[in-house]
Amino acid sequence: MPEIKVTPLGAGQDVGRSCILVSIGGKNIMLDCGMHMGYNDDRRFPDFSYITQNGRLTDFLDCVIISHFHLDHCGALPYMSEMVGYDGPIYMTHPTKAICPILLEDFRKITVDKKGETNFFTSQMIKDCMKKVIPLNLHQTVQVDDELEIKAYYAGHVLGAAMVHIKVGSESVVYTGDYNMTPDRHLGAAWIDKCRPDILISESTYATTIRDSKRCRERDFLKKVHESIERGGKVLIPVFALGRAQELCILLETFWERMNLKAPIYFSTGLTEKANHYYKLFITWTNQKIRKTFVQRNMFEFKHIKAFDRSYADNPGPMVVFATPGMLHAGQSLQIFKKWAGNEKNMLDVKMQVEYMSFSAHADAKGIMQLIRMAEPRNMLLVHGEAAKMEFLKGKIEQEFSIDCYMPANGETTSVITNPSVPVDMSLNLLKREMALGGPLPDPKKPRAMHGTLIMKENSLKLVSSEQALKELGLNEHQLRFTCRVQLQDPHSDSDTLHRIYTHLKSLLKDYTIQHLPDGTVMVESIVIKVSSSAEDANSKVLLLSWSYQDEDLGSYLSSLLKKGLPT
Amino acid sequence: MKLYCLSGHPTLPCNVLKFKSTTIMLDCGLDTTSVLNFLPLPLVHSPRLSKLPGWISKDGAINLEKVKGDERQFMIHSQMANCLQLPELELLDLSTIDVILISNYHCMMALPYITEHTGFTGTVYATEPTLQIGRLLMEELVNFMERVPKAQSATCWKNKEIQRLLPGPLKDAVDVWTWKRCYSMQEVNSALSKVQLVGYSQKVELFGAVQVSPLSSGYSLGSSNWIIQSHHEKVSYVSGSSLLTTHPQPMDQSSLKNSDVLILTGLTQMPTANPDGMLGEFCSNLAMTIRAGGNVLVPCYSSGVIYDLLECLYQFIESANLGTTPFYFISPVANSSLEFSQIFAEWLCHNKQTKVYLPEPPFPHAELIQTNKLKHYPSIHGDFSSEFRQPCVVFTGHPSLRFGDVVHFMELWGKSSLNTVIFTEPDFSYLDALAPYQPLAMKCVYCPIDTRLNFHQVSKLLKEVQPLHVVCPEQYTQPPVTQSHRADLMLELQPPPMPYRRCSVLNLPFRRRYERVYILPELANSLVPSEVKPGISVATVSAVLQSKDNKHTLQSVPKPPPAPPSKKRKRVIEEPPVTLAHKPLLSGAVPLEAFLATLQKHGITEVKVEETADGHILHLQAEDTLIQLEEDGTHIVCDNNEPLRATLRDLVLRFLQKL
Repeated sequence: MPEIKVTPLGAGQDVGRSCILVSIGGKNIMLDCGMHMGYNDDRRFPDFSYITQNGRLTDFLDCVIISHFHLDHCGALPYMSEMVGYDGPIYMTHPTKAICPILLEDFRKITVDKKGETNFFTSQMIKDCMKKVIPLNLHQTVQVDDELEIKAYYAGHVLGAAMVHIKVGSESVVYTGDYNMTPDRHLGAAWIDKCRPDILISESTYATTIRDSKRCRERDFLKKVHESIERGGKVLIPVFALGRAQELCILLETFWERMNLKAPIYFSTGLTEKANHYYKLFITWTNQKIRKTFVQRNMFEFKHIKAFDRSYADNPGPMVVFATPGMLHAGQSLQIFKKWAGNEKNMLDVKMQVEYMSFSAHADAKGIMQLIRMAEPRNMLLVHGEAAKMEFLKGKIEQEFSIDCYMPANGETTSVITNPSVPVDMSLNLLKREMALGGPLPDPKKPRAMHGTLIMKENSLKLVSSEQALKELGLNEHQLRFTCRVQLQDPHSDSDTLHRIYTHLKSLLKDYTIQHLPDGTVMVESIVIKVSSSAEDANSKVLLLSWSYQDEDLGSYLSSLLKKGLPT
Repeated sequence: MKLYCLSGHPTLPCNVLKFKSTTIMLDCGLDTTSVLNFLPLPLVHSPRLSKLPGWISKDGAINLEKVKGDERQFMIHSQMANCLQLPELELLDLSTIDVILISNYHCMMALPYITEHTGFTGTVYATEPTLQIGRLLMEELVNFMERVPKAQSATCWKNKEIQRLLPGPLKDAVDVWTWKRCYSMQEVNSALSKVQLVGYSQKVELFGAVQVSPLSSGYSLGSSNWIIQSHHEKVSYVSGSSLLTTHPQPMDQSSLKNSDVLILTGLTQMPTANPDGMLGEFCSNLAMTIRAGGNVLVPCYSSGVIYDLLECLYQFIESANLGTTPFYFISPVANSSLEFSQIFAEWLCHNKQTKVYLPEPPFPHAELIQTNKLKHYPSIHGDFSSEFRQPCVVFTGHPSLRFGDVVHFMELWGKSSLNTVIFTEPDFSYLDALAPYQPLAMKCVYCPIDTRLNFHQVSKLLKEVQPLHVVCPEQYTQPPVTQSHRADLMLELQPPPMPYRRCSVLNLPFRRRYERVYILPELANSLVPSEVKPGISVATVSAVLQSKDNKHTLQSVPKPPPAPPSKKRKRVIEEPPVTLAHKPLLSGAVPLEAFLATLQKHGITEVKVEETADGHILHLQAEDTLIQLEEDGTHIVCDNNEPLRATLRDLVLRFLQKL
């Protein structure tokens, strides 16, 4: 029985270090290759020795697919490809390909330069790794090899985030990465067609949450910032995730515009500034509204938000500063924080930020159910979430959709048996004949059986009529015939007897073609019946039945029927 | 399978393919050359044009004031109403079209005529750049047409009797009564709302019967060729394609392989002009004119080659010392076109994609705009009139010189020999375009840049991808009229290509022989294959065929429900078999010795063997039964002994192969 195996190396009943192995139709695929934010030791990266103890991964993996640029989904990629060793294809969307190396480099700098770790991947390794990346376009069907094909769908989590459909023959798996089913200020909602995968592997970060009104939280956030600014205070907002920073920038920018506020907003130079350029150039990946109006006004060209310089921290008057991770590690935000902390007018908006983030870019329980309805999977598999919450969602899914739901832990393998149909090439003559005979609508009470011969040659499967099969294989037909004589007492002339047989059979065999031919025979389908009388006794008749093997059942039936004589 | 050809224009095709019960329109190009029959209508009243004499028939009986001209050529002086020649709309019922596949933004300009007033209810498929830039080009056309000063319309000349008498191209214009006005923005929006976006190599299922997929064609942003295929048949539709390295993603050639039919349109219109050479000439003429203190006018479309021209100028400006010369791009969609070009990273060539990864805008015109070297305006009104400095270079449309802001510049600069007009678009004959402006003092330079495949490239491509049959416009099957000796400027193929012209209906040479069906797992598991030849196995299949949404599946024949237990049990035997249980065909032969041995094993020992011409007759004396064994047949004659007959039957079957 063909089966699909799924083994999380990371993100199994856990958030972070997403890395999921899928074996489908003899192909092995790695989905995401992330790092864990919570660890600084070996547990930071997935345990690739699960795949092979010794040496490179190239022989064991057909491809690697990265869903989006967040480090918990791509942070281990250079380690995997350059240090463990993998030379096969790595797929990601264009925006991910563009932004991912920048985040990796940032991550490397913090780890190596600031924390002084050795034995970490180098800048050159990031570059070499990115050379192995093949960009994916949305909805493009990419043929990894002759059998394995992948297709990306919009996931709406961050710029360039994708869900991916992996297909081998008629077996398939969908991996969602992180996704969001409700459009936000700069991204659209995730979408997938009814692709009916054998397994849908979904994130479940907010498995038990139903999103309450985002507007309220936004209003709250803006109110607090506004109050602080009005008091002449300074606001420091740490932003950890790229993508969320842009969302907040747009929120503040529109608010500033509406309220006609003048206080400056700064974001750290470097990462966020650079990211904004990417957002401008990849505007086709944002939501409808931003795309529609970008010619008049590119949403990511902020009027009120400017790049930050260290010296600005001492400027008098109110201001808002976004602090990005690099900044935090560089101690910049700490400096600012120290400078500002003395004044109670100022506000450090940490809690707010965490709260905001935690409700933004992931699908909530409703969203996950919505995606299941869209894709109609045969099985469900949850990753990227906490075990207890997964358990709850698993119950809900199994109850609502009556499908199996799995939630393997790291290193644990889930096998799902698939039952694929076998594609064959059917001769058009045979198909047309059958369709014509069957009529436009099949009768469920009287199914019509069609017959043919399946020819299996190398990898081709052809279904043809038996006659054609003989011809194609260069075989001779062997005719098997039977002839049977039946004695009958019937005081009539030969031709009358024949006619009596005809009417007898006609009344019995309603569904068959019965013909009385002028040459003195009766034909039932292709069975020939002849009558002759014996020389001695004109009333003693001899019926001659002759049929071919193909009519064996009917022939056998007729011979025993006629032995019983004709009704008087 | 049929192909209906609604346009005869080789680069603005409009064909309809009927394939496996689907009706697919391939492109709907709008041939705007018909506007060349009209006089341009400048914004400022032109006394020169209005003073042109009207046409008077030879016998003096007919005097048409609206048909103006001189000994060189006559043109229609009227409002630009009903000036566009559409694809043929009557050849088939357009409401039956299921889908329209668009290959590039130049080939969709007739879309509103097809989707809006024909009862069309289908879907249009195009890539995102094709849709967005196509929208801009349509918007520009509508804007130009609406801005043309309102004049009286002229219809008299369209009278067949009168048209017959008219001179020059007017006389030969066909179907003038069917010429239509330009569509409105409302119709454009409605038409484009029917577009469904697709990405390269995306597989789109049509009704489960056919799969269509766009492939990069390398000609313009988002331009595509299309594969239309089922599991066993493949049609490739090649429209404007290019192998030159310009801004778009390179052409995907390998996916065109193994086509049964390849429909080839959109080859270069300038087979003898080398695009690189033309680009060089363009730059040198431009620089020469500017240095001499003249202005340069470049009539062009607002998207496409202009991006390459700007890129070329970006590199050329400094070296040619043109750093201070203003470049103007005037079009209602100039800004949008420049902006849109920067956001389609996925659709660009590798070099440009790499720039986006930096992140930098892929096209250098962003820098030209930033440094104020290139300025764009929606029209000559407003800001442009106050900021305009000479000498300068102006890019503006429409390349036919009949409408759009270019008309103004022709009137303004035409009288001075210092100025130069450089034609880069290959769609219009520059002499025809210039005709109403003659006599002209301005210099005219013709450097048409057409990056589409030339005959040399296409024959190499076809050798590579090996289609069984090629269908193409008839123009490609003979050398151009003006260069009839150039046998290299035509397609020479074996078998020869099937030519089409406007209104042709071609029967495509297709022999469909197989269809993909799916055997459900339960049935598949029950099949018993047996090897008939080394490496070849067969299995007989009895199944129920289900056809739904053009997908066919085979499943096991359901077992008949067990006969209800009844007292008339004996009667049941007498019932005739309800359905004809199928018996397979047989193949092979029954070898005499082996068969005799088998008979013996079953206790049949008294066998008299008689040799005949074709084999043997076995007489089973004890049973009074005959078996006739021949190479291709076995005949069992057995009376009144059904069990024996059945045994003999099964013994014979042992030696035979069931099919």
